[in-house]
This record gives sequence, structure tokens and C-alpha cells, in this order.
Amino acid sequence: MSEDKTPKLDELEKGPWPSFVTEIKRAGKKKASANDLLKQLELSYTDGVTHWKHGGVVGVRGYGCGTIGRYSDSPDKFPNVAAFHTFRVNHPSGWFYTTKALRQICDIWEKYGSGLTNFHGSTGDIILLGAPTENLQPCFDALTGEAGFDLGGAASDLRTPSCCVGAARCEFACIDTTDLCNDLTQTFQDYIHRPHWGYKFKIKISGCPNDCIASIGRSDMPIIGTWRDALRIDQDAVREYVDSGLDIVSEVVSQCPTEALEWDAKGKKLNLKPEECVRCMYCLSRMPKAIRPGLDKGATIMIGGKAPLVRGPRLGWVLVPFMKMEPPYTELKDLLEKIWDWWDENGKTRERVSELIERLGIQEFLKAMDLPPLPEMVAEPRTNAFIF
Amino acid sequence: MATDIGPPDYRTMLPEIIKKNYGQWKYHEILKPGFLKHVAENGDAVYTIRAGSPRLLSVDKVRDICDVADKYCDGHLRFTSRHNVEFLLADESKLEALAKEINEKLGFPIGGTGTCLSNIVHTQGWIHCHTPATDASGIVKALMDELYDYFVSEKLPAKMRISLACCGNMCAAIHCSDISVVGVHTAPPTKIDDKNFSTWCEVPTTLASCPTGAIRRYPEAKSVRIDEEKCMYCGNCYTVCPALPIASKETDGIAIFVGGKVSSNRTSPKLSKLAIPFIPNNPPRWPEVVSAVKNIVEVYAKNARKGERMGDWIERITWPTFFKLTGIPFTMKHIDNFTGALTTYNRSAHIKF
Repeated sequence: MSEDKTPKLDELEKGPWPSFVTEIKRAGKKKASANDLLKQLELSYTDGVTHWKHGGVVGVRGYGCGTIGRYSDSPDKFPNVAAFHTFRVNHPSGWFYTTKALRQICDIWEKYGSGLTNFHGSTGDIILLGAPTENLQPCFDALTGEAGFDLGGAASDLRTPSCCVGAARCEFACIDTTDLCNDLTQTFQDYIHRPHWGYKFKIKISGCPNDCIASIGRSDMPIIGTWRDALRIDQDAVREYVDSGLDIVSEVVSQCPTEALEWDAKGKKLNLKPEECVRCMYCLSRMPKAIRPGLDKGATIMIGGKAPLVRGPRLGWVLVPFMKMEPPYTELKDLLEKIWDWWDENGKTRERVSELIERLGIQEFLKAMDLPPLPEMVAEPRTNAFIF
Repeated sequence: MATDIGPPDYRTMLPEIIKKNYGQWKYHEILKPGFLKHVAENGDAVYTIRAGSPRLLSVDKVRDICDVADKYCDGHLRFTSRHNVEFLLADESKLEALAKEINEKLGFPIGGTGTCLSNIVHTQGWIHCHTPATDASGIVKALMDELYDYFVSEKLPAKMRISLACCGNMCAAIHCSDISVVGVHTAPPTKIDDKNFSTWCEVPTTLASCPTGAIRRYPEAKSVRIDEEKCMYCGNCYTVCPALPIASKETDGIAIFVGGKVSSNRTSPKLSKLAIPFIPNNPPRWPEVVSAVKNIVEVYAKNARKGERMGDWIERITWPTFFKLTGIPFTMKHIDNFTGALTTYNRSAHIKF
């Protein structure tokens, strides 16, 4: 039948990169909803606009978040995606899985939904893409009951925290990111599953300032591992790099942003001025076998990262230059509760915490947090004379 | 019915070699693109093969991935924050056979490490979103087809992250990527649904949603009107009020931003800055977007120094030189007249002639 043809999307099955169209077609062999999704998408490719209606409130018992309502604007043409709701399923910290767990999710999703997934959505959740309204509750019951998975955040709540691979497989990890992420996720289940606030709050955790999880741009509270003492340098390993052709002066020493390194060519020794090091990770990343973080490890706690809507994009900035990060993470949790209380008390609808700080002033915020002003918090002090 | 059980404990998901050496890793090396070796204090090594995925997967494909992980990785695997699949194993001798199955059975490319291009983080687009100004998966597929060699081989001066969001909501928070591809609306929401406004929307919430004060009450129709001169097409009003649709085939399209990064490595993290204000949507393969991105990648690859991220390179050569080298025209739209005004202007006499 001609209306079943998808010539535009078929073009996206060509080329070397694996194709999402092929995936939708594969799901379509078993599921009529996946086929209708493909046809509706083809129509979007012709019309140049989405064919999903605005919102729609759906849910499962006891939860205010975690499912996202989605309805087709052309249910007559695409009856199998008339209601095509999303589950956000909270991933295990670090996105580690057993195949047994993944297969369980697949079986459940094949039974109740479209058989289409995202590994993963932008916030880190497993996205189960498209189920009819009546299947939401039984699907949720199976996910929690059989597979041991739970929903992640959506709407005006704590979004699913996420973290880099951390101590599980990275020598740069200055904090146990996977444990911290899991601990915060479990501690704040209520905030993840019910909309408590005027808008969303995101936490992302990176083990070092390389920030592989992009916390500084993508979270209201970026937590970034760091260390207070000096870098550890293995001089034998340094010499191995140099002997195998690394131009240590031009590629490492002269690239150090604060001139904290010196190369003693005669003694073949890399000298560090620890008081000059700003912990940027450059030399460690270039010479991972030779240079390691110090031993007095913890995290820099930041505040305020977010996407552009609506006052423009924001990067997080320093709130606490160094905090020890050991279970049960009481100091961090207390700070989070304090921030949420202040934001909940003062924030407007759809106002992220950084926008509230901008509106009420950083001084108000720091006073409410009982945090001292520190030069590490600013790139530079104020330039105007209106000192109030 | 159980509620609030939270996700499974990650410790139950870890491969044995990871459990054994958790927190004990000493160093790593990249054996070749997509192949990582991490060595622990005790000399144990874990090997990782990183494979690019389209993010949207059928459950049967996930099962295929599981089959491979069962065969080579004792039934364990992980994903990265950029939609890659990682296969981890302790036995180096199995690497090549595993790589072959990833390529041939799964059809996934191997790469994305070090100075390879990483996989593109992206949003839902027309597949499942109600506010997009463009599709997401389609452009990503077209881009990665064209930039495929950069994913599977180390041909770039430094790591490069391209990200895509299908509207300014930017749920993929891509505003600090080396190259950000963003869906934009370029016309105000003028097709106001007066009939449904009073049942679907609240006047105060709708007025308050506008960052430029462009929405006015319109009591005659129990609705609102838009001051088109003031509107910056952000779409925030549509998010709170479905009676203000903003999507349009004619005026929706793509903007491209460059030079952002999240890492504090060497230089501070940076937001991406506007390179190309508008390219019309042209599905299914968005050839104009693909060639614009490829041009930026190639000019950067040719001119930047080893280890220099896109934003660091542009800061060194200066923005006028970036526009000259890429041939991208500089327009009035590039000069911020919103919250970045003044602070983003050249407040020095540093000018190249």
C-alpha cells in the first residue's frame, strides 16, 4: 500500500553509520505501533513539523513523574500511536548492566510497549519509547516487580542523577562517582518521583575536572572530583614518555596554564610547583602513566549550570571549593536540602536555581546557605562602585 | 506494589575484573581508536571496545548486543554518556574477534576515543517531542555518515564533541560543545488558538513565561497577543501554553554554534558561540547542515595545533580569522542583543588587519 511507503526515511538507511530507521523497522516487524511511528515520522519529514500534540498528563499509581504523556495529532491516520507515552527508567550508576537485566527490560517492553528504546536519554535514563495509556501501570509493575528497575525523573522534580565511569574504570577519579550517584538517587527517591518544586533540578557527578559527564554545563549542581595536595609524578615513567618521543617541553610543560611545571633537561626530571597548579588535568591527560592526582581527594561543588531557556545558557560556578566526599555524604546532602528549601521558598514557576540567584542576588543566596564569600567563587571581583 | 525502590545497585552490574580492581586503576592507554586498556595497581588489565550506536534501539537489537556481551564479556556491558556501547573484558586475545562481531553482527563502528570525533549527543526531535524546530536522529545520522572517518580514526587535533538539540529548550544541554547544532524557530507564534486559550492556558503564567515581555493580554477574546517586534522566538510560551503554536515548516531550521567545552583541561569551560544563524530544514538528509558542519570540522582539523580544542583554537586565531577561514558570513545576528550583550563585545584594540 502506497501510504505504507517511507521513501524519505529509507534514505536514512543508507551510509555507514548505524540507522535508527532500520531499528524502527525491525521493531515494526513485531509491533504495529513502531510501524505507525515510522509513518508519522515520514509525514513529519514531508510537513517539516512534529505531529505530536502538546503534553498530556499520564502516570502510574503513587508517582507524579517518570512517565511522559504523548499523543499523536493525527490519531485517525496513525491509530497505533494515538497514545504513545514514554517511560524514563532510572539507569544503574555508571550505566553498567548485566545482559540478564537488559533482557528483562527488553521482554517487558516487548510485551507492553513499542519495543523501541533509547540507550540512553539526555539525562541518563533508559527511555522506553511509546506505550498506550492502559499499559503504563502493568508495565511499571513489571519493571519494578520483575526486573527491579524504577522510574527516573521528569517534570519539576529532581532529575535522575548521573555520573562518569569513575572509580569503576578510571584512574583519574578523585571521588567514588558511581557510589555517590547511587547514594543520592536512593536517598532522594521521593524528590525524583514527585514534583516538589517550581522547576527541575539536575545533579551530575564527574570524577575529575575533565568532566566527562558534562556536569558544569548540564546540571544545577555539578560535583567535580579534585585533590588538595600535590600531583604525584613518577619520574621513571616521565622518562619513558620522553625516550619514546614525547616533546615534553612543547607538548606538556609550556601548555601548563599556570606555569606550574619545569623540565630539568639535564637531570631528566619533571619538577612541579604545587602551589601554582590549578588542577586543570592537562598534564595528567597527556601523560597518564606518569602523573596522577594527589591523595587528599574530594570534590568541588558548583551551582547553576543549565541550558539556554530562558535567560540564556549558564555554566556552573564554584560554591564550595573543596568538600570531602565520603559516605554517607551528610555535608553534601545537607547543602542540597538547604538549596532546595531556599529555591522552593523563593523561586517562581519554571525558574531554575541559577535564575533565582540572578534575580535575588548571590549575596542573598550565600547568606541563606551560610556559606562564606571566597575568592575562588569568582573569575574576578566586581567592577562597579555600587557596593551594597 | 513496590514504589521508590530506585535503580538496581550498580555493584550488581559490574564485571568481575571491575569489581576486583574498583578504585585501584593506575593508568590507561588507547591501543587504537576505540580500544582502551586500563591497568590496575596489581597489574590487572581491563580492555574496552567502544562502539557507536544510533541511540534509538529496538529490543531485538539490544538482545543482539547482549548476545555479543554474553559471548565475550561474561554477560556484562556498559554505555557511555554519549550513547556508545562499551564491551569490557580481561582477555586481550579475544579483542579482535569481539571487534569483528561488533562490526559485522551489530553493524556498529568502533572508535570515539582520544582525538576521534565522539558520538553525537542528541534529543528526540520529530520522533517523540512536541516542541522541536527540527528532527534530531535524521540529522545525526546524516552527519555521522559524512563524518564517519573521524569517528573510527584519530584525525583531529584534539577531542571533538558535536551535539544536537531540536529546539532552544536544549534538553541535551548542548550549549558547551565544540559544535552545537540547534533547531531554531525564526517567527513568532502568531496562529493563536483563541478558542481554546482560556481552557488550556493561564494568562498570568503565559505572560510571565516571556523573557522579553512580548505577550499582552487580549481580553476581547479571553486570550493574548504577541508583540512581534519584541518576540525572540524562544518558544517558552508554547511550553506553558499549547494555544501558542510556534513550529512552522517555512521558518523553522538549524543554527550552528561552535567552540564550547565542559572540561577544565588547560583552559576554562566555555559556552558555544554562534557561527551560522539559520539553515532551513531540508529532510531527509539536511545536506546544507552536513556540509556546513563538515566545513567547520575540516578547517579546524587543518589549522588547529595538536591538543587544541575548537574553542581554544578560535580564541588563539581570533573570531574574525575563524569567519575568514571558514568562509562563514558574519551578520548582525551574531552580535548578542540579549543577556550576553556588551560582555561579549571586543573590549580591546586587538584587531588583525
